[in-house]
Amino acid sequence: MLNRKMLPQNDKDLQIILGTLLRVGVIASMTIVLLGGVVYIAFNYTDLVNYTTFRPNSAKYSSIGAVFSGLRSMDGAAIIQSGILLLIFTPVLRVVFSVFGFLIERDYLYVSVGLFVLSVILFSLSNSLVG
Amino acid sequence: MCRMSVLLFTIIVLLGAFLAGLVGSLTGLGGGVIIIPLLTLVLGVDIHYAIGASIISVIATSSGSAAAYVKEGITNIRIGMFLEIATTVSAVFGAVITVFINPNFIAMIFGAILLFSAIMMIKKRTEQSDAGEPGKIARFFSLNGSYPTASGQRYYTVHNVAGGFLMMFIAGIVSGLLGIGSGALKVVAMDNIMRIPFKVSTTTSNFMMGVTAAASAIVYLHRGQIDPVIAMPVALGVLAGAMTGARVLIGMRSGKLKVVFAVIVTFLALQMIYNGYQGRL
Repeated sequence: MLNRKMLPQNDKDLQIILGTLLRVGVIASMTIVLLGGVVYIAFNYTDLVNYTTFRPNSAKYSSIGAVFSGLRSMDGAAIIQSGILLLIFTPVLRVVFSVFGFLIERDYLYVSVGLFVLSVILFSLSNSLVG
Repeated sequence: MCRMSVLLFTIIVLLGAFLAGLVGSLTGLGGGVIIIPLLTLVLGVDIHYAIGASIISVIATSSGSAAAYVKEGITNIRIGMFLEIATTVSAVFGAVITVFINPNFIAMIFGAILLFSAIMMIKKRTEQSDAGEPGKIARFFSLNGSYPTASGQRYYTVHNVAGGFLMMFIAGIVSGLLGIGSGALKVVAMDNIMRIPFKVSTTTSNFMMGVTAAASAIVYLHRGQIDPVIAMPVALGVLAGAMTGARVLIGMRSGKLKVVFAVIVTFLALQMIYNGYQGRL
């Protein structure tokens, strides 16, 4: 009665790898965000903030390219935004790792599931979605 | 909002986000649903910026806690990845349409979800899981699993996968639309529809939240909704609050505390709905 499909899966090794990846990603990205925050406040602490209306065109760092060019001038806001980018890509990297994990387990069904999720993320990277 | 300096703004948001993270982890609501009303109602921040900052805090807290859970072997990675098919597609969809919807209407939807979360928070969760005959889809996708308990491995089977998948699709839209983890809706899908054990559904929902939020965060980033000056104190504050909350949580999940928080959340929800209705956001 019990066949392979019914047997519970455990994936213990994969779980440990994914757990470590997530932890390292969160710690690294939040450290960068904190660092950027300190730099930004040190230079801009007297600036006045105004967020009462949404002005999409005044956003300086709204693409990966813009963040990297801002990093070259060591702008605090760009450093923060690069930490945020790293944070966003941490769970994405988790999916990439699980695809490899399932590949090793020869579970091609879940390799395709993972690849589908990755293609959705890739699709969201296209600028045309913004509207 | 009165014009304030970057320094003052950062300090206030940092403190508010810490409280949001603390309350979010003590109640299981998540920090996002609390930081958004705080930013919009108290500081007068436009809801689009609040949503952008909140989604970043969702990625940080869910990935941080998922890291701990995954290692314990409770999370069902297959259930998580299978349902991510639904949540990522719908999260991108939600993030794309959010800007075409009147901000006041978004605030009202937000209030409604907040009310629903408050009810779910007080309602007693009833364990409905079993190890009976699983559904066809559950078997095909190897969703049935086990998790360690004090008395050894406990096996469970997954039911009504199609229904749960549909509910996850809705949860994803709400997440992309409002910049929250929509944990309350995910719990409905997993506990009540798919009948997955609590421990597994809570941790697996957390595990999925990061990718789901990342999908919509990329859309927000391109649109300019993620402002580093707001996102920085929000992400750091919520994460620190959530971590503190997790430490305090051990042996402190009192019923009375939950009722107090539910009243506060209900008040915030009504404020959001009222302000949206009056066209003030």
